[in-house]
Amino acid sequence: MKILVCIKQVPDSTRVDIDPETMTLKRGGVDSKINPFDLFAIETAVKLKEKHNAQVCSISMGPPQTEAAIRETYMLGVDEGILLSDRNFAGADVLATAYALSQGILSTGLPDLIICGRQTTDGDTGQVGPEIAEFLNIPHVAYVRNIVSSDEKGMVLEMDMPETIEVVRINFPFLMTVEKGIFQPRLPSFKRRLASKDRPVRRLTLADMPDSQPENYGLKGSPTQVIRIFPPASPTTHEIWKDAPEVLADKIYSKLSELKFL
Amino acid sequence: MSNIRTRNLNDQNLDELIALCPFNAIEKDAQSGLAINAGCRMCRICLKRKPDVFYLAEAAPAPRINKQEWQGLAVYVEQQDGCIHPVSLELIGKAREMAAKTGQQVFCLLACEKSADLPEQILAYGVDKVFVYERPELRHFRIEPFTAVFADFINRVKPSGVLVGGTSIGRSLAPRVAARFKTGLTADCTILDINASTDIDQIRPAYGGNIMAHIQTPNHRPQFATVRYKIFNAPEKTAPWGTVEFCRINAADLKSAIEVLEIRPKEKVRSVEDAEVIVVAGKGIKKEADLKMIYELSDALGAMTAGTRPLIEQGWFDPRLQIGLSGRTVKPALIITCGVSGSVQFAAGMQGADHIIAINNDPGAAIFSLAHYAIVGDLYQVVPSLLEKIRKGGALV
Repeated sequence: MKILVCIKQVPDSTRVDIDPETMTLKRGGVDSKINPFDLFAIETAVKLKEKHNAQVCSISMGPPQTEAAIRETYMLGVDEGILLSDRNFAGADVLATAYALSQGILSTGLPDLIICGRQTTDGDTGQVGPEIAEFLNIPHVAYVRNIVSSDEKGMVLEMDMPETIEVVRINFPFLMTVEKGIFQPRLPSFKRRLASKDRPVRRLTLADMPDSQPENYGLKGSPTQVIRIFPPASPTTHEIWKDAPEVLADKIYSKLSELKFL
Repeated sequence: MSNIRTRNLNDQNLDELIALCPFNAIEKDAQSGLAINAGCRMCRICLKRKPDVFYLAEAAPAPRINKQEWQGLAVYVEQQDGCIHPVSLELIGKAREMAAKTGQQVFCLLACEKSADLPEQILAYGVDKVFVYERPELRHFRIEPFTAVFADFINRVKPSGVLVGGTSIGRSLAPRVAARFKTGLTADCTILDINASTDIDQIRPAYGGNIMAHIQTPNHRPQFATVRYKIFNAPEKTAPWGTVEFCRINAADLKSAIEVLEIRPKEKVRSVEDAEVIVVAGKGIKKEADLKMIYELSDALGAMTAGTRPLIEQGWFDPRLQIGLSGRTVKPALIITCGVSGSVQFAAGMQGADHIIAINNDPGAAIFSLAHYAIVGDLYQVVPSLLEKIRKGGALV
């Protein structure tokens, strides 16, 4: 069984300020980490590897330093890693990201199972997984919160829907996005770190893609365009109350009565 | 490929230029001196700081699509067991608003096993045409048949824009269909508008941090957007004028590798989206036992108690009681936040509230810029004092 986990390297902190003069992002450090939601996808893959003696590969797209994130997956039990890195991939939106990843996956051979986390902490869209599945022409199951059973042919999965739990049976190959809480992610192991120290990360560029037309990737291949970014609006009614706690409580009480909530 | 380019590099300190980029996307290049790598997220910081060095290359003119061929705004109507999800009605309201500006029509897509009176229910909200796909394969949501139906609808109708509710189903279905048409999708929009060329202005919070992004899909159709429940308002019912078209689709297109074995209800908790008044506990609550006073305040107001992401992660609340973009979006008449700092993710989930009262001891808390009444004080003193007043007030009446 071959399992592929899609991961992303995200900023360590989601704190972002906007420079009020230039209206651009103002960011302090450049620390980054594996998207926390992806840790659940990695853990799910490694759990399945232990049960089925599967081969687990991680894949990511990003600048060369994303290799650190791939190396970290080795410390969590992943066997091999692929990094899509090419200047032509820069500035990709959801569609161009999913397309590049699907092309990277095709160039190395379609696995039995692809696992994604539910969303990233920077883009927060949660839409790349289903788009990869579409580009690979395989079905997907989202919001998986539990694996009921798995065998060589397929899996029985529980999907976490708003009001219900849906139990589905699906055959390989397919893609699933997993919820946090499906398994408790393990910590990076020092033993594995030593063992994987010389393990290579396979680097793929545009030339390695089955479709090597640059206009299908990165900014050029992105249908959506960011027109501008700006800080969220403040409301029109805006009173700031600073006082002793009792006075504040009094004022809140009066306001709640005035608004007929009491 | 990023279309940021460099020039006049001769007298520049390359390391300083490289340090400008928060994403490490500027690197040395043997040929041109500096190059922009795959890390570029088009934040444009380099353009603003060093306009003499960094500039935006003119993008090669993209192949223009004929926007005249793509007309009307479509809404995917989500239904379960014969009940329309209210987010679909809210989207109909927004679609009508936008369609009125550009003189377009509003279409709805309904995919189900048996449509019964649902098409008439939809028409009562002022829709021009409802396209109905009735098939036994559409009894439960499975990705392949629903994508096939959606794609058939788009090929048939050629809508300019498509709005889908940001529900579990919508967030699984919309990206799949958008990818099939190789077009743009903007997830979790909080503001939508339209311009004369039928480009939709899509505004959404991004970076899990504190920014809003204004996004367009200028050269692709249809334009896909998802919107969470309770961001927009459902329209008033009206005397219907629209029509219903029942559509056929080949059984071969509805095959699925997925078999639904069981659907069981989760244990019922009252949904926080339906609450009129909500009291929210945030990180300012130091320990679980302190939630007692928050629950007391809720009781006094007939409110529901909810939490922010950190408290959900502590296990103090059921995840269904999480307010925020990754939790529930709420639009109550009143929301009182206690010790909530107010990240954009949280704000996006509650900024539609009619009245926002925020209690926080940090005068710089982000929540205060959003609150109608910003209470700068220690919740551990203010809340008990308020409870005391409510008790006394109640006794006086």
